[in-house]
Amino acid sequence: MKKLMLATAATALMAGGAFAEDAKIGIILGFTGPLESITPSMAASAELAIAEVNASGKFMGGGKVTSARADSTCVDAAAATAAAERLVTAEGVNGIMGADCSGVTGSVLQNVARPNGVGMISPSATSPGLSSAEDDGLFFRTAPSDARQGEVIADILGERGVKSIAISYTNNDYGKGLSDSISAAFEAKGGKVTVVTAHEDGKADYSAEVATLAAAGGDVLVVAGYVDQGGKGIIQAALDTGAFSTFYLPDGMYGESLIEAIGPGLNGTYGTVPGTDSEGAAKFAELAKAAGFDPTSSYTGESYDAAALIMLAMEAAKSTNSKDWTAKVMDVANAPGEKINAGELGRALELIAAGTDIDYVGATAVELIGNGEAAGNFREYTVTDGKFVTDKFR
Amino acid sequence: MDIINAIVAFVNFVVVPATAYGAQLALGALGATLVYGILRFSNFAQGDTMAFGTMITILMTWWLQSMGVHLGALPTALIAMPVGIAVTAGLLLLTDKFVYRFYRKQRAAPTILVIVSLGVMFVMNGITRLIIGVEEQNFADGERFVMTAGDFKRWTGLSEGLAIKSTQAITVITAIIVVAWLFWFLQKTRTGKSMRAFSDNEDLALLSGINPNRVVNVTWIIVAALATIAGVLYGLDKSFKPFTYFQLLLPIFAAAVVGGLGNPLGAIAGGFVVAYSEVFVTYAWKKVIGYLVPEAWAPDNLIQLLSTDYKLAVSFIILIIVLLFMPTGLFKGKSG
Repeated sequence: MKKLMLATAATALMAGGAFAEDAKIGIILGFTGPLESITPSMAASAELAIAEVNASGKFMGGGKVTSARADSTCVDAAAATAAAERLVTAEGVNGIMGADCSGVTGSVLQNVARPNGVGMISPSATSPGLSSAEDDGLFFRTAPSDARQGEVIADILGERGVKSIAISYTNNDYGKGLSDSISAAFEAKGGKVTVVTAHEDGKADYSAEVATLAAAGGDVLVVAGYVDQGGKGIIQAALDTGAFSTFYLPDGMYGESLIEAIGPGLNGTYGTVPGTDSEGAAKFAELAKAAGFDPTSSYTGESYDAAALIMLAMEAAKSTNSKDWTAKVMDVANAPGEKINAGELGRALELIAAGTDIDYVGATAVELIGNGEAAGNFREYTVTDGKFVTDKFR
Repeated sequence: MDIINAIVAFVNFVVVPATAYGAQLALGALGATLVYGILRFSNFAQGDTMAFGTMITILMTWWLQSMGVHLGALPTALIAMPVGIAVTAGLLLLTDKFVYRFYRKQRAAPTILVIVSLGVMFVMNGITRLIIGVEEQNFADGERFVMTAGDFKRWTGLSEGLAIKSTQAITVITAIIVVAWLFWFLQKTRTGKSMRAFSDNEDLALLSGINPNRVVNVTWIIVAALATIAGVLYGLDKSFKPFTYFQLLLPIFAAAVVGGLGNPLGAIAGGFVVAYSEVFVTYAWKKVIGYLVPEAWAPDNLIQLLSTDYKLAVSFIILIIVLLFMPTGLFKGKSG
């Protein structure tokens, strides 16, 4: 009996080194709930990366990667936790691609990932709170924290010589979080934030809100709202009363409909929107179109990259054990090393197996900073003659 | 110079918007107060009547625009408005025939009629949303400004701008015309006099041979006209969205009650009292005071009594204060 066990153990050990190993990735996204329109494309992107790895036949010396989907609901933390628990216990996944919304992501991390020691990479959770969450080194995200956008915005405003800003934000977690990060970053750079006020969406008239902003003054009005909602109303009322003439538009305010609604008054206004001009993005768009889904849908590139990073880190760690592969995520994602674009996962696996260091660029020019979150890529634009004109990518 | 700047800033951010808003509220409150005075119940459907009339006007405006009809510098909606009024009057007369008349015959208590009007409100609410949807609609065209802030600064050399939107000017002018006509109608015409008689004492009016159905029908037609005009002006000046019109119900009733329910003059005064209070209480006085006092005394904080989020609450506060201390309103109304 003892001999048999020893033999089995020895075989198992050898198998680890010489034979193929399979892996399973759990994809937990809000297939029902407020994000149900974008999550199918996100899941398809992750599965695209998995299919690409399988087609190369080079994963862990010829292993297969399978996947299992689960519903995070985006808003119901209890349902998301139960779904993630099922992935870990019943499906036995080696890593989790997800979750999507910040709230459920935090609860899956604390209630499932950490107790079970399973690594997870979220493609779309952007809450700054997750940067400082206890994660035992198990949590990463390929989407930038909203705090990061605040820093980028403060940089741009500083570069354009803006000394003082007023901020109006849409009264919800997104608006509040973003305005907090903008004012913190801008003040850290020595700028002056004259006033930070909330506006409610869906009102007919924003002249009272604008009167408050005008009383405080400022060179530029930062409108952290939504393009088809209160944000538009604030800009319109501010232009009508002559309170402000230049606006800064964060990601939620980017949209052709704004130019249509406001007209020439918007010229000279500038802002940022997530985006990259990298080669990988174009390549990913091609792959997505061939696979039959829309690459411009939100967070598709991030989902592809999240799944790809899990598999590449497993290859680099030579293990599907979360403790091992999560330690390799930062190495694989960042320089130095051979640059790997989307669609080159097979080559990446080959390089890693050969012992070459890689720098995964992927679909969204991934660069993980801090606690393992994307630095993010932003397209800076100025409204010129009624068009969004790209100034640069940063 | 600084005093002038302070006045200009005050006019630009307080007087102009509050006057336009006050005029819109006054017209809405006139409709509510007429129903209260003559039909003797609070018409909860007032806000949605405004939405319905505005919707018809918007549809008509779109049709006119597609036919290439324009009013030049003025919004096309002004030509479309009579159609909106006519259709709304038709709807109100039908509602009266099939709903309110039944309860009137039974001599139902005002409380019952209020709840009936609540039901009518939900139906109108639904009709409007079914036809035009819940989304925001903009239908203002023509010249946008009478005077822009930039032009004003160039002409006067002041550091503060003063902007007057054409819709604000149209609102005030239209409101003056409509109110003047309404008072002439109520004071001078035979029908107007019979309406007032009916409002003062129904039984006496009936004894002196006034046809009650005629009074009721004329009232609904006037209410339709007032509601549609108020709604269209509000929509032109701000934007049209069924839900915001529903929310207007509160300031409109606050205005009517403050002025004294059933008293047309009170409705107008009430409209302006509510509008000015909302803007005064939520305005940040920092800039104005900053111009008036020496630089060293200039305030650091915003000097704002209430955040603008509480704008709607101001209507509630006024309503409560008036009901506590002057239950019949500023001008003696019929409530209380």
